[in-house]
Amino acid sequence: MSRTHINCIVNGEPTDFLAADATSLLDALRDELGLIGTKEGCGTGDCGSCSVLVDGKLNCSCLILAPEVEGREIITVEGIADGDQLHPLQQTFLEGAALQCGICTPGFLVAAKALLDANPDPTETEIRYGLAGNLCRCTGYDKIVRAVQEAAVQLNSTSKQGV
Amino acid sequence: MTATENPTNYKWVGTRPIRHDGFDKVVGKARFGADLNLPGQLHGAFVRSPHAHARIVSIDTSAAEAMPGVKAVVTGDDFPALDPTHPNYDTAVNCMARGEAFYHGHAVAAVAATTKAEAKAAAAAVEVEYEVLPAVLSIADSMADGAPLANPNNHTKFAPPGDPSNLATITNLARGDVDQAMADADVVVEMGFDCAHVHQGYIEPHACVVDYGDGKANVWCSSQGHFRVRSMTADVLGVDNSKVKVVPAEIGGGFGGKTTIYLEPIAAKLSEKSGKPVKITMTREEVLRGSGPAPSAELRIKIGATKDGELTAIDGWMAYGVGAFSDMAGLIGAMSVASYKFPNLRMETYTALTNTPKSAAYRAPSAPHAAWAIESVVDEIATELGMDPIDLRLKNAAVEGDLTAMGMPHPRVGLVECLEALKASDHYQSVPAEGTSRGMAVGFWFNIGEESSATVNLNEDGTANVITGSPDIGGSRASMALMAAETLGIDVYSITPIVADTESVGFTDVTEGSRATFATGKAVVEACEDLIEQLKARAATIMGVDVGEVAWVDGAAVSPGHGGGEGGDPLTLAQITAQAKRTGGPLTATASLNAAGAGPSFAVHCADLKVDEETGEIEIVRYTAVQDAGTAIHPSYVEGQMQGGSVQGIGWALNEEYIYNADGAMENASFLDYRIPVASDLPLIETIIVEVPNPAHPYGVRGVGETGIVPPMATIGNAVKAATGVRMTSLPMSPPKVLKRLNER
Amino acid sequence: MHYVAPTTVGEACSLLADNPGSRVFAGATDLVPQMRTGRLEPSVMVDLKRIDRLMSVSHADGRWTIGAATPASDLTHNAAFTAMHPGISEGAGLIGSDQIQNRSSLGGNLCNGSPAADSVPGMIAAGARAVIAGAGGERTIPVADVVTGPGQTSLAADEFIVEFEIDDPAANTGDAYLRMIPRTEMDIAVVGAAVRLTMDGDTVSAAGVVLGAVAPTAVRVPAAEAALVGSSLDDDTLAAVAAAASAACNPIDDKRGTIEYRTQVAGVLAKRAAVIAAERAQNGA
Repeated sequence: MSRTHINCIVNGEPTDFLAADATSLLDALRDELGLIGTKEGCGTGDCGSCSVLVDGKLNCSCLILAPEVEGREIITVEGIADGDQLHPLQQTFLEGAALQCGICTPGFLVAAKALLDANPDPTETEIRYGLAGNLCRCTGYDKIVRAVQEAAVQLNSTSKQGV
Repeated sequence: MTATENPTNYKWVGTRPIRHDGFDKVVGKARFGADLNLPGQLHGAFVRSPHAHARIVSIDTSAAEAMPGVKAVVTGDDFPALDPTHPNYDTAVNCMARGEAFYHGHAVAAVAATTKAEAKAAAAAVEVEYEVLPAVLSIADSMADGAPLANPNNHTKFAPPGDPSNLATITNLARGDVDQAMADADVVVEMGFDCAHVHQGYIEPHACVVDYGDGKANVWCSSQGHFRVRSMTADVLGVDNSKVKVVPAEIGGGFGGKTTIYLEPIAAKLSEKSGKPVKITMTREEVLRGSGPAPSAELRIKIGATKDGELTAIDGWMAYGVGAFSDMAGLIGAMSVASYKFPNLRMETYTALTNTPKSAAYRAPSAPHAAWAIESVVDEIATELGMDPIDLRLKNAAVEGDLTAMGMPHPRVGLVECLEALKASDHYQSVPAEGTSRGMAVGFWFNIGEESSATVNLNEDGTANVITGSPDIGGSRASMALMAAETLGIDVYSITPIVADTESVGFTDVTEGSRATFATGKAVVEACEDLIEQLKARAATIMGVDVGEVAWVDGAAVSPGHGGGEGGDPLTLAQITAQAKRTGGPLTATASLNAAGAGPSFAVHCADLKVDEETGEIEIVRYTAVQDAGTAIHPSYVEGQMQGGSVQGIGWALNEEYIYNADGAMENASFLDYRIPVASDLPLIETIIVEVPNPAHPYGVRGVGETGIVPPMATIGNAVKAATGVRMTSLPMSPPKVLKRLNER
Repeated sequence: MHYVAPTTVGEACSLLADNPGSRVFAGATDLVPQMRTGRLEPSVMVDLKRIDRLMSVSHADGRWTIGAATPASDLTHNAAFTAMHPGISEGAGLIGSDQIQNRSSLGGNLCNGSPAADSVPGMIAAGARAVIAGAGGERTIPVADVVTGPGQTSLAADEFIVEFEIDDPAANTGDAYLRMIPRTEMDIAVVGAAVRLTMDGDTVSAAGVVLGAVAPTAVRVPAAEAALVGSSLDDDTLAAVAAAASAACNPIDDKRGTIEYRTQVAGVLAKRAAVIAAERAQNGA
């Protein structure tokens, strides 16, 4: 089976890999690059477990063909912390017990980051609709919503201090 | 909110530390079932029956075997023929059909190939000739006179030997004189209900990797219990348990659905035949078509009451549709009837087979169906009597010594406390918001104990490894660490909780029945108590006193007048472990037990909702869950269980259902059309933890995992009745069904 | 399957003409799941997203031009477009989650041929046009003429939609799109209703009513439009709109809804959308 050579930037690092054209970005990340933090829950774009940022925009990596990302910049859950410094969302998810089994957590973190990047001060309703593409079966979403609210508060206070 | 948080001033129990496995899970390093890849591994794919019931006339694998990349093909003929009376016979046949396919989606063959795409293509090339057989698709069909057999191997359990039957259990319970009590009752309400099949809906599909070599299957998979995966896999392969090792991966949700196996023996046989490791991951469609949903049900409940609100009699008929293999859903449904005193009781329950996927446990299995019906009828009685629904329930609530339907006396339980907590809550005390209506209901689950082992190893620097065999499905490692920290008197973060493989810790039953924190936690506490005795002995040696003069206080050995530490201070655990080499060697302890005294957990839920009377849509505006946790070891994860159970119940109430076509094929086998709740469907789920300690656990734990799914359906149905005057009797209460009933009003 | 990403319309046309069994795609939010289940086995997947013309939204000469592969989120985040055509914007904004919004396009939503496509009723109500490219050059047809049945379009195998044209509305015009789904997000419409009204004071002077998911294609409801024109949306008019919308339904029973339910709720949504459209028209939306 012929494979295409694909160049892109993954979590800030120039990266290249080989993949058959029908391979999803999800499978390429997991199987070719070993980035197993991005999960498959459905393979049809209905659960959000495979959420990644492509050029800053939230996407389901299961719906993207690997060759589409030639030249694109991809952020996965492995790329949202700053070295050892967890992203405020990662910290508030931990402190707020916003994960139980943890399988949906990477997708929620990426989606919540996209949400807060675009809307730093969302209402509860905006958080709920912004995360509606991510299914969680354990938490009932309550602690996830609260963790995103808390992270927004922390991010806003940090950004104000920076000004 | 916690009603009585940390009532006994524990240092660690009742606190909310960050879970020990949390970091890996937020940075993407945690390895779940599909996250291990072995060098040279192949990928497996299944051939599944396109018929609800068919004889397999022949399977021709030659074309598939000739395809590129294909290394092995297996069918039922590759597995030993178990005796039909073997406890894992049904599991074996469910993993791979033998001569007869019992449901649409039943595995009939599997292939292993170099790539996923090659495996999929080869599976499509396996030629199976079927002779279609009559299928039974509903409970009514299954129980009808002269119905075809869903599975000719099924015989009614606990019955005299006889012909095969579609009924797996028939349970008749009775006490008092129901007919007389109904005749004497001031109010009698009788209603019929039904529930569709629903799926556990864990986000992680079933997945495993198996590397077979030297006669042994090395299995890596996610499950709720790797010791059960070991024994089931060994039985299906026809080998000893010693020939199967199971390493637990992180588990991405189970809710009962991962207490059995589907893939592991198949991957093992493919690995044996190909000589390479084989990975199999189900697609979401396969999860829905080929793994266990919860049973469907048909129920009829009649309750009689006096005019002052005493529930004098219940007369119930409940049938559970469990798919194509034996099950005890009807019996367990009967066991779940336990919330009220009911001096007169008659309960007739059935477990009926249908040609649909084999049911698996789902969070308090069988109880939600029964509670949906009973709590709806109790609500009708409250309305007829003009009583507050909490007051009616308080008047009849089961307390210690009252009998369940099975005739078992309740131990100390907290139903009254839960009802009173809801009654006093801000939610119940408030007037429902404009345009909303309120409903409430009760749920019960008995919880179980069973076998657990734990090993606690103290490290030379005074830290500890707590090793158990209970998969951590939602924070149990943190609970084990908290109980160990509390018992030993050391910092919770100095403890490393570990879930070990089947060769590294003693036998431990499945994480089910809300038992892990109760039973495995009890084993952890016992091991820690053993260690304390050892620590005291070592301290006595160091101090030069008799061990009887040493006490263990706050993580240190104390002997009045004989302090062994600097300046005569108490000798800390770390000071003792530092001297372990010269006082007798490493400090380790193991405890194993078959835990008795599981504490039942009651829950009481309350919902405010709106019904769009032109479209039938239901919007949940406010929701409160109250539950007796016994003691909340880590309150955040107790709340999480309550909230998660509530929302699964809300999904069951509103939209979740298996939709079958006339041929028994599921039509909505995707997360697009099998509609589990999304974040925007819901309000915050308020929680009130009630703590009525379980006397049979050192810290008072009752399991909390399951009860939360029991009350939501009736809670919502009762609120819909309050909003519209319509009593919904069919689950789910989806918009088309609600609108139809509103139109008929 | 081979993947190609042409950068010009002409290149894409040649690829389609030269490769039987090829498919164009933008978001592929419907195509990829079909490929995974084996229902679709294209020889070549032609990615349209590297063609600038298909990825742009512009406004000139009294009309909007929307590249057919533009993600829905580019449209819904376009404040000027959303202010002028709120109903079309909200229809596009209902195609799936945020993840899907960043992929799904108007061209794909239309050419997938689903009668339940959320962006289509609003475009038909607005009289939108599709510019279609093929080996023989470009042609422009009404959006209403693109889909001919479930999964079927009037496009030739070597044709694809380049862009949509939507004329600026007359003064005092407003539109709205409502849909019924069992959850609040993530579902396919069980019923959809778009209404576009032009108001002269309190009186409707022009009306467009289009339903989705209740017939083999999105359907215009002339009887509802006739009931609206000349009215001031009194209760009798709204009842007539609802009755006309229900009468226009020719739905199916399926896993997403029943004939009875779709028929009844189509009327409800049509009248509710009419009220919102009128408010927007009068408020200068």
